[in-house]
Amino acid sequence: MPSAGRSNEDVRRAPRHPVAGDADENLEDLYENAPFGYLSTLMDGTIVKVNTTFLTLTGYDREGLVGRARIQSLLPVGDRIFYETHFAPLLVIQGQVREIAVELKSAGGARLPVLLNGVVRGPVPDRPALVRFSVAPATDRREYERELLRARQRAERSEAETRRLAQILQAGFVPSELPPVPGADVAGVYRPAGRGDEVGGDFYDLFETPQGWALSLGDVCGKGAQAAVVTSLARYTLRAVGMQRTPPRDALALLNQAVLRERTDRFLTAAYARIDRDGGEGARVTMSLAGHPPPFLVPAAGAVGPVGRPGTLLGVFQDPNLYETAVDLAPGDALVFYTDGIIEGRGAGEGLFGEERLAGLLEAARDLDAKGVAEHLVDEVVSFQSGLPSDDIAVLVLRIPRDAPPSPPRPPGLCRPSGERAGSGEADGAAAGGEGEVEDGADAGRGGADGGDGVDGV
Amino acid sequence: MVFSHGFGCDQNMWRLVAPAFADRYRVVLFDHAGAGASGPASYSFERYSSLGGYAQDVLEICREADLKDVVFVGHSVSAMIGVLAEAEEPGRFGALVLVGPSPRYIDDGDYVGGFSREDIDELLESLESNYLGWSSAMAPMIVGNPDRPELGAELTNSFCRTDPAIARHFAGVTFLSDNRADLRRVTTPTLILQCSDDLIAPRAVGEYVHREIPGSELVLMEATGHCPNLSAPQETVDAIRAFLGD
Repeated sequence: MPSAGRSNEDVRRAPRHPVAGDADENLEDLYENAPFGYLSTLMDGTIVKVNTTFLTLTGYDREGLVGRARIQSLLPVGDRIFYETHFAPLLVIQGQVREIAVELKSAGGARLPVLLNGVVRGPVPDRPALVRFSVAPATDRREYERELLRARQRAERSEAETRRLAQILQAGFVPSELPPVPGADVAGVYRPAGRGDEVGGDFYDLFETPQGWALSLGDVCGKGAQAAVVTSLARYTLRAVGMQRTPPRDALALLNQAVLRERTDRFLTAAYARIDRDGGEGARVTMSLAGHPPPFLVPAAGAVGPVGRPGTLLGVFQDPNLYETAVDLAPGDALVFYTDGIIEGRGAGEGLFGEERLAGLLEAARDLDAKGVAEHLVDEVVSFQSGLPSDDIAVLVLRIPRDAPPSPPRPPGLCRPSGERAGSGEADGAAAGGEGEVEDGADAGRGGADGGDGVDGV
Repeated sequence: MVFSHGFGCDQNMWRLVAPAFADRYRVVLFDHAGAGASGPASYSFERYSSLGGYAQDVLEICREADLKDVVFVGHSVSAMIGVLAEAEEPGRFGALVLVGPSPRYIDDGDYVGGFSREDIDELLESLESNYLGWSSAMAPMIVGNPDRPELGAELTNSFCRTDPAIARHFAGVTFLSDNRADLRRVTTPTLILQCSDDLIAPRAVGEYVHREIPGSELVLMEATGHCPNLSAPQETVDAIRAFLGD
């Protein structure tokens, strides 16, 4: 086997120095004046032998130590506890300890940083077991280690500060608490990627406007401070335009302009929706999507599936294609907005979480309230990724509560989540930004056509 | 018979004592969260911010393994963990054996615990200087191969290996706790094993525990130091056997 440096063979072939051999070293002198202190103790720490180097290092005299003192009594209190709880057990369990950093109290009271190595010499006939210690002064080394420790502590503090800043920034991406919406049950969950020490780009919002309620949810590409700037811009721009009488499609178009003006290379996907009471128990949600995964409609009964047309993402094109879709929610129905952190979560060997799994999960959770649905969904996605999601996750659930006892199931034909022109979506021609094609009918949901359902559960 | 190790090492602390009881008892050994082979995932700074979290673990182990009439043998800080567990579910326990117990390490008025607050701060600093074979590069290797314990066992000082942040936290919780008021709640027959010349739990503390736990028995051992389970296993075994009437 090749080896670096001189092999044993090479060493043997080297010429022998004329003055060499054991006879040239006096063992007594070697012990007494070794380049480090020697200390032998009984298993309980009682000192039975020390060398001159040790006495010189510490300033004690031999008579004061041998048979009278225990090694523990030479240690300051902290090290003494450490000795009793770590050092002594290790000597018994593994017969030796290495590189233990302690301080010795010297005779003059000063403290001498040392590194201790200890080896147990088992009991021999008529002689008790001993521990043989080497005591190496480590003043400079200890100072250097302290520097390292301080650097490490500084690094840990900065990391903690970075995490705290990320959390503060992130806290601005979602409302600390969702306001109660009359006639609706709403819940949002935000889960940052990984351990949450990096600021992400997901946001959501829910707020009252002069005309009713509005919600937004989106995902800015990338992470970090730059993404955070765009994320805040997105949330508060939508909030500001939402306070005007702006149709959802136009709200997203205005956000597109705002992001383009920022000259950032970040882009985003977003959903924006207006929530109007329909005069009865239900609500009409008029929404527009900008390159965003369509929300899932979870009807009280019937198939679960996505609704809405995704449109173009924001912050890239001058004139994104944006559409509007209206969805009528009856009591027991829910609409689940989410970011791609849900469906693109990758499990160990199981591929992506995917829409199919999402649909199945929502199907099973259909009787939960909004909070239950949102939390269940995020829990499942996080555990799918073994507790450390690779991307941020945001979920916003809007549900019309079913206060009365459950109504009989709706005839299946009346509940088509998508692909069927079932209702009269709002066709708002007053587009402010771009040439986004305006959807002239809802491509989703139960529209007004099955309005009879609106009274179920009353 | 449940053996609970103290601050410092892991269940190896019982390797010279526990086997002596295996013929007559179902012997249960475990590593506290954060110690030994427990893995860092088991640790929570919140749950273990007081000894109560460890006491809950002991009770969970007892429930999980369906243990009844438990002889709880706790060393050092685990003595108080046993006291807390017993206070919560006295019916679970048949006997308590407290090895080197101390309900409070810091002096307080007339009470002599043996240490000052400054001493404990010094200990925390001492822990920072001794990572004991722990480095962030090594930790995943040790923890990531639970099926290959030889990887960990070969490392020097591995029996007392702890994540330094956890060691520091555990030390703070241990040495700053005050469980004097809990002693009087103990109703299970209790044996106190007190070493001579114990620097961590001095004799006066053992006598205090004896006075406070109603009906307890105090045995002053010839063994010196804080770990008679290692330094004087036979004396430890004999004292426990005598107490249990084996």
